[in-house]
Amino acid sequence: MEIITKNSTANNTSSEINKRIWEILETVPDPEVPVLSVIDLGVVRKVELTQVPTSTCWQVEVFVTPTYTGCPAMDVMKMSIRMALLQQGFTDIIITQVLSPAWTTDWMSDIGKQKLKAYGITPPQYKQAVCTPDSFQQEEAIPCPLCNSYNTRLVSQFGSTACKALYQCNDCKEPFDYFKCH
Amino acid sequence: MMTKQNLIDYTLHLADNALIIGHRNSEWCGHGPILEQDIAISNIALDYIGQARNFYQYAAQLQGNAATEDSLAYLRDVVDFKNCLLVELPNGDWGQTILRQFFFSTYQYFFFQQLQNSLDEQLAAIAEKALKEVTYHVRWSSEWAIRLGDGTEESKQRMLLAVDELWSYTGEMFQEAGYERLAVSEGYGIDLTSIKNSWDAKIKSVFEEATLSLPTVAWMQSGGKEGQHSEHLGFVLGEMQFLQRANPGAEW
Repeated sequence: MEIITKNSTANNTSSEINKRIWEILETVPDPEVPVLSVIDLGVVRKVELTQVPTSTCWQVEVFVTPTYTGCPAMDVMKMSIRMALLQQGFTDIIITQVLSPAWTTDWMSDIGKQKLKAYGITPPQYKQAVCTPDSFQQEEAIPCPLCNSYNTRLVSQFGSTACKALYQCNDCKEPFDYFKCH
Repeated sequence: MMTKQNLIDYTLHLADNALIIGHRNSEWCGHGPILEQDIAISNIALDYIGQARNFYQYAAQLQGNAATEDSLAYLRDVVDFKNCLLVELPNGDWGQTILRQFFFSTYQYFFFQQLQNSLDEQLAAIAEKALKEVTYHVRWSSEWAIRLGDGTEESKQRMLLAVDELWSYTGEMFQEAGYERLAVSEGYGIDLTSIKNSWDAKIKSVFEEATLSLPTVAWMQSGGKEGQHSEHLGFVLGEMQFLQRANPGAEW
């Protein structure tokens, strides 16, 4: 694997390095749902590079936004991003948390949604009317990730992690997680 | 600086509300009536700890002097806490916990809707983020209030008791503390009278569906926001703060 060292970044333009950083971030997994990278999940909002004066080093600032405010996976993701960049020779790393605009499942990549389904978790539907506080709403139709049937039922709005709801398929009986819209 | 201290107090009030109700909800972990609802209330507790962290981190940044989110949560005493009395009350039975959640989540829902427009960008950002989670809390707690209120003879009786127990603690949410009054005049705080009608209307409609009648008692408890707490908060802090006080700086 090509290792970018302080010296080898010297001749690269900032756009090349930026591209390289996004590639590195693609390899950083969500610890709870490891088939998703932090890019698939949409938590990395932007990367900024600043050349450190009188040196060939670049300072890397990665802007991340939390999925759920209390999600313990966020701390792990921040640490993993730092570790991945350190391993590739970047030493001057700042990770900045931004809260607004708030993360939404609409930012999850299409590839990420396919990976989720293959992993057995139904990916989030596009954000719609579900995000209102009204009680006993008509539930959206959520497909079973195993047999694709829409004949499913909500077991609990809150599932194994903050981001998931618990469903069961009425046809194949598979209990499954739904990455709920947010 | 008067203004900065007020912003800190205002932020701490929001943080303390979230931390204490989050802690109370976490007491249900492993004790919920059924597994799915045990998970639900523990998830809600986690959302609150997240909210509390955001507010404490901001308060710590404003305060400087080596304050951290942990020092604010673990090393302040009862009189420094600015949470409403409602959130520190013991959980009671499941009905009482559900009803408190419904009262408080509905309050937070309308409150954060407004706070999103705060002149303080960080408070606005935290509110925008939290509102998404609170929306789920309102749905969940109102559905349970309806199921239990309009449920069996026993669930109904328990909900009626819960209403009696909690109602006099609901007024404090809308009574301005000094730092709230100043926060409104400085443009970053919420005028509580502006959300009271929305809260009343939502409670009324859910109570109707739950076949519960609204109490007519007008007398309300108060004091928590200004640091005058019930005896319960000391026990909450005793449990929550023990480790950091006995082993300062301990980490996982």
